[in-house]
Amino acid sequence: MNDGELITVRGLTKRFGDLTAVDAISFSVHKGEVFAFLGPNGAGKSTTIKMLITLLTPTSGGATIDGLDLVRNSSEVRRRIGYVPQLISVDGTLTAYENLMLMARLYDIPSRECASRAREVLSFLELEDHADSLVRTFSGGMIRRLEIGQAIVHRPRALFLDEPTSGLDPVARQTVWQHILELKKSYGTTIFFSTHQMEEADAMSDRVAIMNTGHLAVIGTPQELKAKTGKPDANLEEAFIFITGTHFKEGGDFREVRRSRRAERRRG
Amino acid sequence: MTPRYVSQVAKKSFVLAGMEIQKLLHDPTELVTRAVQPILWLGIFGEALSTVRAIPTGGVTYMQFITPGILTQSVVFIAIFYGLNIIWERDMGLLQKLLVSPTPRLALVLGKMGSAGVRGLAQAVIVFLFAMVLGVPLIMTPGTIAAVIFIVMLGAGFFTGLSMIIASIVKTRERFMGIGQVITLPLFFASSAIYPITIMPSWLQAVAYLNPLSYMVDGLRSLLVTGATGQLPFDVAILVAVTCLISVVSAFMYPKVAI
Repeated sequence: MNDGELITVRGLTKRFGDLTAVDAISFSVHKGEVFAFLGPNGAGKSTTIKMLITLLTPTSGGATIDGLDLVRNSSEVRRRIGYVPQLISVDGTLTAYENLMLMARLYDIPSRECASRAREVLSFLELEDHADSLVRTFSGGMIRRLEIGQAIVHRPRALFLDEPTSGLDPVARQTVWQHILELKKSYGTTIFFSTHQMEEADAMSDRVAIMNTGHLAVIGTPQELKAKTGKPDANLEEAFIFITGTHFKEGGDFREVRRSRRAERRRG
Repeated sequence: MTPRYVSQVAKKSFVLAGMEIQKLLHDPTELVTRAVQPILWLGIFGEALSTVRAIPTGGVTYMQFITPGILTQSVVFIAIFYGLNIIWERDMGLLQKLLVSPTPRLALVLGKMGSAGVRGLAQAVIVFLFAMVLGVPLIMTPGTIAAVIFIVMLGAGFFTGLSMIIASIVKTRERFMGIGQVITLPLFFASSAIYPITIMPSWLQAVAYLNPLSYMVDGLRSLLVTGATGQLPFDVAILVAVTCLISVVSAFMYPKVAI
């Protein structure tokens, strides 16, 4: 393992019956990097993330996070990562403070430190005025921030975010990103996020990886990828089409669409 | 089963059950709406059948006979719909977050069981108060109350585990509702909750003997009504065994609902 690497993926593969959702992909993510993971629905993005966060076991190949094997050291890996699902992952019937305390206790933060850690996270995310309000009264952007809060209470080395701004209005989008980038600056947290949006990846990330039909189609800095097209004003989408010679294949089944729309509506 | 694993399971189960209780404290209306059903069963069904005197209850009044049965039924009904709760958490994303945290799977299951147990105890308080209003004599000593608490927690635990297993198989709310409806009444009728097993046709008796609900009713009835606790250790042993078994199976199956 290279010193600067936090996540090292080697030949990671996942098959569901006949379907190869992720086909022997390899890449690495550096410490403190903001890494965008792009691709259309059904490209294998979420399957890859689920393997990286230890929810799914790879069929073959594997990955290490902070030098620890995903499968053999899964419980140690879990203590080093935070995860913000696309769907709502805070409990609306608890207060913001209680939601954070729950995670602090589940991550074995010593009990006398739990409260101060929860307060620290609330102030970092500028939610301290709403600490004791029930989360169901929160706006979409506040919910997202609190979800990020839950995932960083244990100060993870890497934070995985699945579509962090889906369903948010432009203002909320901006504050959420401001906090994510602040997290990298203040704590050196490595940010790994998935998105459908090329512009978001272009603007926010240090490096981009694009998945398509289970393969890693492209990886590099947004500037590198755009430069390959030879056009000065190319965007990432054009770079992707230029490099792979294909458009994104449309994917996503009914259940997936229903779930993400439901989540968007609730956050809305 | 290292000591560290055991302490992790114990600690996290309490944390998770505590969270559920916190939710209940924020919005206790659920406790009130849940009280309606047992009150109807006792107040209307129980009173009506008492006047008929059609059911042999072995020397106790029919109201005394069914009070433990109704208590059991209301605890089981709460527990059996816990699977909905985990499907809800899955649809939200909360479950994925819990699974990614360093929380033993068994603690996720025991936490739910514990919170179902607390809800079940709230039901017990309601049933006891209403039985008192109706003038149903029950044996209430500190010893029997402690044993009742234990049996209610066990029963709630078993049926919560069963419900989580069903949820991890069917995976959607709609299907779960269907199955929940289909199994709750047969579980209730194929038990000694509202009539003794001896008056059942023999095939139903066989089902009743396999039904953990019967052992819960028997245990509670011997404590609260008859005082004949000779069978009690056997009832409790059965409940402990099936609850342990179902906890392990459910800890294994439950994460699958997330994927």
